[in-house]
Amino acid sequence: MSETTIAVSHKDRPVAFTQDEIGWTPWLMPLSEDQLTERHWAGLVDASRAKSPYFMLLARDPKILEARTKTDNDIFYNPAAGLPRAERELSAAAVSRANGCIFCASVHARFASTYSKRREDVQRLLDEGVSVGIDQRWNAVIAAAVALTETPLAFDQRQVESLRQSGLDDLAIADVIYSAAFFNWANRLMLSLGEPTPPAKG
Amino acid sequence: MSETEPDVIDLLAGIPKGSRLDGVRAERKQARDNAQKSYEALLAPKFPGGVTAEDRYAVAAFVAGLHRDARIVAFYMDGLGAQDRGRDVVEAIMAEIALAAADGPYGSYPPGPLTVEDKSGPVHKISEANRRALGARLSAALEHAHLLTFHPRDATPAALQSLLDAGWSTTDIVTLSQLVAFLSFQIRVVAGLRILAASVSQA
Repeated sequence: MSETTIAVSHKDRPVAFTQDEIGWTPWLMPLSEDQLTERHWAGLVDASRAKSPYFMLLARDPKILEARTKTDNDIFYNPAAGLPRAERELSAAAVSRANGCIFCASVHARFASTYSKRREDVQRLLDEGVSVGIDQRWNAVIAAAVALTETPLAFDQRQVESLRQSGLDDLAIADVIYSAAFFNWANRLMLSLGEPTPPAKG
Repeated sequence: MSETEPDVIDLLAGIPKGSRLDGVRAERKQARDNAQKSYEALLAPKFPGGVTAEDRYAVAAFVAGLHRDARIVAFYMDGLGAQDRGRDVVEAIMAEIALAAADGPYGSYPPGPLTVEDKSGPVHKISEANRRALGARLSAALEHAHLLTFHPRDATPAALQSLLDAGWSTTDIVTLSQLVAFLSFQIRVVAGLRILAASVSQA
């Protein structure tokens, strides 16, 4: 069976960073629900993800999808100590802004706004880019996330020191590292397996 | 995998049991366990499907090389050397890493307001000499790994079509993409935790 990519219309595609709810469409064929075995459902972790073409594409390799999803959930949703959720999302948004993932940045900028209630500051990160000056603590989180996003990495003691001066302890700094590292995983999948689509009409 | 399998991130970051960073990692146990399961799913799968162990280690060694982290390169080169026929490609991968050096992230945005932020950089093609050693199929995977590592925002359906044309299936491409993207994560966690471990704690 010969396989091909999916042709996508570029009409109205998002071309700027936004906190609006945009969509995403795959360039390769996702599985359909009737193709899913028990192993695929386990890989999806949350059954509602069967509605997402992104997760249904990743479900083609269910073992890594399952381990990836459980890694993601702990890094972002584990509420025990460490970095507040708002700043884990800020780190994810900063990485997505640096790599240029318009879709990922929209989702995680929105979460950063929701949890910090600082929508305007988050918007400045999207509009002005990662060199934006917001306040000491957010600047330190953004700078660390961006240094971790460069290849080869630019992260060193300067970023750690600046995070400590902003009040972060070891676990909170580890959370910056995990959340930034995880979005270097997520951005690469979202950017290379499909593209963003306009907000649903309504 | 057995319970005694060493945690690869701890191994590469130099985090001994009972150390300060061991305690920090224990606070995110599910992430620690599943980062390890991710490694096992991608580098030591029971059913490798269309992406052989040799392919996986070759891509991993190449991606580690692009990040210029000597400890991680050595780990994946050793893994590659341990695969059937893996030793035959170690030299070609080493040579290709030297040719493929760049500084990311760079790339272009869709035409519009972000075009002013477009940043140019190399598009990597495997050299003819190394392509003979690596084969067309693996060479295509390595070229895609370079794109994902350094300039993922340049990705296009045509890049995926090149992989399909080289003989990778849609499912193989999902696995290869997860592999490169996971390594981008693993290498950052290792390097980040190493720096944190070396910093003075203010506990």
